[in-house]
This record gives sequence, C-alpha cells and structure tokens, in this order.
Amino acid sequence: MGDLLTLVAKRLGYGLLTLLVVSILIFFAVELLPGDTAQAILGQSATPDTVAALREELGLNQPAYIRYFDWLFGAIRGDLGVSAIPPHQPVISVIGPRFTHTLFLAAYAAVIAVPVAISLGVIVALLRNTVFDRVANVLTLTSISSPEFFLGYILILIFAVKIPIFPALATVPTDVSFGELLYRTFLPALTLVLVVTAHMMRMTRAAIINLLASPYIEMARLKGVPPWKVIVKHALPNAWAPIINVVALNLAYLVTGVVLVEVVFVYPGVGQLLVDAVSKRNFPVVQAVSLIFAATFILLNLAADVGSILTNPRLRHPK
Amino acid sequence: MSKFRKSDVLLDIKDLQIQGYSNETWIDIIKGVDLTLHRGEVLGLIGESGAGKSTIGAAAMGYARDGTRISGGTIEFDGIELTTATQSEKRALRGSRIAYVAQSAAASFNPAHKIIDQHTEAPVQYRLRKRLEAQEDAMELYERLRLPNPKEIGFRYPHQVSGGQLQRAMTAMAMSCRPDLIIFDEPTTALDVTTQIEVLAAIRDIVDQFNTAAIYITHDLAVVAQMADTIKVLLRGEEVEQASTEEMLENPQEDYTKSLWAVRSFKRPQKSRPTDGTLPIISVKNVDAAYPGGDKVLDDVSFDIYPGMTVAVVGESGSGKSTVARCITGLLPPSAGEVLYNGDVLPPKYTSRTRDQLRQAQMIYQMADTALNPKVKIHEIIGRPAAFYSGLKGTALKQRVDELLDLIELDPALFYNRYPPELSGGQKQRIGIARALAAEPDFIICDEVTSALDQLVAEGILKLLDRLQKELGLAYMFITHDLATVRSIADEVVVMQYGKVVEQGPKDEMFKPPHHPYTDLLLSSVPEMDPNWLTTVLEERGVDNIGEGADV
Repeated sequence: MGDLLTLVAKRLGYGLLTLLVVSILIFFAVELLPGDTAQAILGQSATPDTVAALREELGLNQPAYIRYFDWLFGAIRGDLGVSAIPPHQPVISVIGPRFTHTLFLAAYAAVIAVPVAISLGVIVALLRNTVFDRVANVLTLTSISSPEFFLGYILILIFAVKIPIFPALATVPTDVSFGELLYRTFLPALTLVLVVTAHMMRMTRAAIINLLASPYIEMARLKGVPPWKVIVKHALPNAWAPIINVVALNLAYLVTGVVLVEVVFVYPGVGQLLVDAVSKRNFPVVQAVSLIFAATFILLNLAADVGSILTNPRLRHPK
Repeated sequence: MSKFRKSDVLLDIKDLQIQGYSNETWIDIIKGVDLTLHRGEVLGLIGESGAGKSTIGAAAMGYARDGTRISGGTIEFDGIELTTATQSEKRALRGSRIAYVAQSAAASFNPAHKIIDQHTEAPVQYRLRKRLEAQEDAMELYERLRLPNPKEIGFRYPHQVSGGQLQRAMTAMAMSCRPDLIIFDEPTTALDVTTQIEVLAAIRDIVDQFNTAAIYITHDLAVVAQMADTIKVLLRGEEVEQASTEEMLENPQEDYTKSLWAVRSFKRPQKSRPTDGTLPIISVKNVDAAYPGGDKVLDDVSFDIYPGMTVAVVGESGSGKSTVARCITGLLPPSAGEVLYNGDVLPPKYTSRTRDQLRQAQMIYQMADTALNPKVKIHEIIGRPAAFYSGLKGTALKQRVDELLDLIELDPALFYNRYPPELSGGQKQRIGIARALAAEPDFIICDEVTSALDQLVAEGILKLLDRLQKELGLAYMFITHDLATVRSIADEVVVMQYGKVVEQGPKDEMFKPPHHPYTDLLLSSVPEMDPNWLTTVLEERGVDNIGEGADV
C-alpha cells in the first residue's frame, strides 16, 4: 500500500505543478488583452491623468511578474482581488454564490447521469447487435451531435410550453426549499444529463466490448457462466479505468462547459458570470473563474487517475 | 484401441464441418472430421497452426468462437446432441461435465479476481458444493497438483503467481466439478521446458486419478507422446491419420506425418573458432545491467562471438538473454563492463554510436507480426534501412530491394508492393531477415526467431539463415529457449540463468556430460519422442525434486 500512497502523492504533485503553469498562462493571457482594469473601471471618457492615478492606486504600474506573484499569493490565501465593476466587491464574494449554483446543477445532473449511463452501457454491451443496441446507438448519437442549447430549447418547448409541467426559466430565489430547487432546475439538469449520458454510455459499452475478445472472457463462457454474469463479473471489473476517465471528463464538462445551458435557462451560474465578465472587461473575475475551472479539471482528472489505480488489481495487490 | 470398449464412448463427432467468416464470405476451416473418445481416454490432436485443432477442441464443447460457425456434422456428448442443443443446455454442460484448459493461463485467469474465487465459480453456480466446501476442495486439488502452499495460493491474484503454477491452478479449476472430459488447448506451449515438465506430470497424474477423458491439443509431438493414448494428426482441417501412440511413433503411415517426425533432422557441421588471431566480432566483457528503477538483471556477463559463427544463448524466460541483446545494440546501456566490436569499444548508448557502428548490430525479432509495421509496404520496410545506411536512391535502391528479396527467396515481382498482413508467418519472418540484411551487417542478433513458427516453417527459416551465413559470412547471436534449434545450428552455446552465464563452450561439448547442474536440468527437460520419457525422467529426478523449476 505504501507504493500506492507515493503514487497518489506524485500525481497530486504533478496536479499542483500543472495548476501553477496554468495560472501563469491565465495571468499573462489576460495581460495580453488590450486595456487594463483601471481603464475598465473608469470607462471610455476618463482622462489619462485619472487613469494613471488609479493605476498607481491599484498597483497596476508595477512590472507584470510582480503583479503575478501578488495575484498568486493572494489566490493561495483566498483573496482573488476586487471586481472591476461597481460596487467593487471582492471577487470571492462575486463568484462564491454563482459557483455554488453551478456545482449544485452539476451534482444534480451527475447523480442522475452517471448511474444511468453505466447501467445502460452494461445493458447495451450485453444486448450488443440487437435492435435495442441499435436504437440506443442512434439515440445517443443524436443526443451527442445536437448542441446542448438546442436540446435545452426542445425540452422547454415540450415540458414548459406544450405540456407546462416544469418552469422554463431556472431562477433560484434564496428562500426556496430543496425540493422546490430540484423542481425549478429540472430542465437544465435534464439537458445536461442528455448531453453527458450518451458519451459515458458509449464509452462503457466500448470498454466492455473491447474486453470480450480476452481469453479470460472465453474461459468464463466455457465455464458455463451466464452471459449477464460474464459482463458484470468478468468484463466490468477490468473496464473501470477507461470508464472512470470518461466519467471524470464529463463531470469536468458539467462544471466548466455549461455556459450555454445557463444562458438558455437564465440560470445564475458561474458560466454566465464569466461571459458577463469578459464582455465588461472585468479582468480579476475572468482570471479567478479561469483558475477555478482549471483547478476543477485538474482535480477531477487526478481523481480519475487515482480511481484507475485503485481498480487495477496489479497495483492494489503488488507481488 | 483394445483398452476401450465400445459401450464407453463419451464423445462421438461425425463429419464435423466448421466455417469461418473472412473477407465477407464463409470459408471451410474444418472439412469433415470424425472423432471418437471413450471414458478415460486421452486423445492427442496434433498439427500445425491453422490445422483446426483448437477449433475442434472448442466444438467438442458445442462452442464456436466469434466469427466461426458449425455448419455440418454431429457432436454427440454422452447421448446429448450438441449441434441442436439450446444455448442454455450447452451452458449447463460447460464447466460441469466438459471443462477447458487454455493455452495461456496468465491471460485466461481474470486479473480482477482471486484464483480461488474463479475456481469455485462453477461448482457454486451448479450447486454442486457450497462456497466453503468448494474452497476446501480447491485446496485439496492444489495439493494433488503439487502447488506450493496449497492452503494459501488460491487467495492470491493471478499476477502474483508464476506461469507454471497458474497453468496447474487452471487444471485444478477444470477439475473443480469433476468433469467427464477436459479439453487441454496447448497448456504448456507458453512455458519454459523446465516448467513444462512439472505441468505435464501434474496433468497426467490428475487425469489418471479421476479417470477423466481428455483431448490434448498441441503442436509438439514429443509432448503428445507423453500424454495421449491415441494420436490424431490434422492438416488444414482434415484428418491425416489416427493411431495409438506407440503405433503412430513407430510406424507413421502418411508422408505428412513422416515429415513432421523428421523435421528436426536439419543439422549443419559445427565450426570452431579461428586460430589465426582473428579478433572476435563482438565481445561482451563483464557486463552488468539493470532496468531503470529495477534490480540488476545481468551480472558479470562475458562471451565472444567470432566472425562467421553462430553462438546460441539459451536460458529460461527472465534469465537475461534478451537483455544482453539490448546491451549489445545500445538500447540499454550497461551499468558496468563494455561491448567490443572488432576490438574497439562501442559507445554504451545507441544515440552516441556512429552510423557505421549502428549498422553492425541488426536484430531479427520473435514476433514478425508486431515487428513489421502493418501499414507500410514491403519495399519500404526493406528499402528504408538500405537508404539510411547505404545512401541508395531511385533505381539503385529498387535494385537493392529486389536483390534482398531474392536473397530471402521471395519473388520481388510478387512481394514488392504488398503489406505485411497479407503474408504468412514464415514470409513475414523472411521480411524481418531482409530488413536486417539491408544494413549490410557482419553480425545479426536473432531473438527467438523461430519460436512463433510451425516446425516445418521454422526449419525453412533455419536453412535460410544458414545459407545466408555461408554466402555473406555473417555471425549470429541466436537467442532461444529451444534446445532442438541449438542442436541444429549452433557452433557455440552460452547457458544463462538469473542474469549470469552458468556455462559456455562449443556445442558438442555442451551436449555431453558432465554439465553444470542447471544445464543438466535444462537438457533433461526437453521432451523426447519416447512415450516413456516423462516417466523415466520423473523417476530419475524423484518426485520431491520436480517442483523446483516451477516454484521460482
């Protein structure tokens, strides 16, 4: 087990290193954009003098690398700067509630999508080359190839307009119950479920079918093991590594890729915030959101790596 | 045949026909084979790859592999007609009354489950035994098969157990429901000779003890001679002949069978070292080596290879044979010692060698399938090294490729523009040889070049290598675990074990006693065509001693 801990610690170290590199990229990419925070705050009509004065005040006339380290050490302490838009709240308190919303929606979709996708993947692998498999194949292909905003509008059309059982807009007042929250956000969650389920299910099917040519699967069949047990007991345990990886990728997408869905349902998530911040040149918020997205990606991939290691008997039980 | 009575027929296959799907049509693989097996009888099925041995073995369980179908004939197992039985009827027989032992136990045990859990799966499923009883029974079988720590070994995962032990555990698993029939599909082909003997002995004993009938599939005549009561020879899906083992060995009727028997007749005269002060072309001096982050795999290895001679390096898997080749080619820089070429030290890493130094160490690999890029045409595979080392272009290059194809006895007009997957195993290996020759080397490393090939094809490759050696004055380092190959072509032999050279010298001395104890073990483990060979060897060694090879 000691080896396993070292392995995980190593991965964690690589993850942090990646995050550091990404933070440099984010900071200097934003730096390349024309204009700066002082200009954004003061607007088009400001005189050069006032801009210069504000730059002095915000420390913007320091060299870039010094500002990078200020920003980095601030970020480590949880201080991501101040929003460039009045009322100039700390970035943390601008992002905080939005990010909670995004995480809520992602978790909502994931709790439905992951079990459904894996079970469906197993069933489809078992019934491969039957009508059920072909139908599932066509449906998942359709849902993968439809853009998520399109799926969102279709769902609104069906479940909010034609049969009005769910609200079209996913507004979330602060004082609603958990059940009410689940109800109000059902359509955006369903949209996301449709988008990610297909991908995970197809990968599960492929990972299992890929193993069916293995000698140990033939051995199981020749031992008289029933077909469903061949898949569930003999193939699935060896297919976890690719499945976990595609699940992690989709979870990361649920957090970082939901901008369009949030816009369609007017859901107050972090994606919408990012779009707003870019259009209003609110650089501190852009940087912070990008950093959070990067961290989410790295964390989930790390979790997938560790998960793949944990499901590999060769690494779990060394010689 | 007198040993078996007609009323004891267990399996009766008549006019079996099996087709395989290839290039969008069904083609015949098995063309009407009959097979009769009595209770307690062991039938050896032999033939080269593609003869359909394995396919018949699977069909005896009513099983057709993906892409094949049983298209005709009848398979009657103990009164049950398998060709018309439903899937669930057939499934009920598998594991319980007919069991299967696969070629590679390492690949046929599920890596995700403990060995004993896989063992007890069938008896528990068929409600023959409760789980704990089945575990007890497994341990007893492990003990009978002479596995070390029978009480504990089942609770390990497959990767924690050696190949020979796994193969015995798989035989135990096949016995778990006390079946009437076991199909052994090349159970020892993937094992070293010293391990093979353990597994053979274990299988023979247990089949005897439970009076189980068996179909023993192999391409190795000497092995089948030890195991079978009756031998059936197959060629391209058809029966050549069948007879009792003694009769088949003493008096084969058909020409094909005779050619199989005679295949190891190829021998060439042994050469000795030059005495005129010629330097060895390759000299390995006190080489130590280790893989990054691993233990030492070579320990003080030294030997010389003189121009125009063949040095066979023999030993079991893991003895360091291939690692020596990696040190000579510079793929793995040695941690101590050096490699000399014509008396000059070669830089340890291939990246710091000159083109001319690189040219001298060419390799031919065991698996021609994976050593040739399937998407590259033959003339490019051979032409690339010719262009790289000799700077040939255009017509000159084309001429050189034609010349090389002629050298390996393949018609340039037919092969120039083809892709490797279109070629047979022997042809692919010839292309591998041509690629090595394209560099115009003086020295070639042949890494188990014949072990993936059928005996007749392998003999052709050995003859070709011998002819090329005479014509081009090549020196070979011949890595192999097959002592028959050593007998036929080597001039000198180097025996390796655990990364050390235990013995070396001219071939004729090596095959005469006295030996190093390991050389002795290795030599005496090579199966011979005498049906009593296994019994004799086991008696000589004593029962307690035979576990040694597999327990490492």
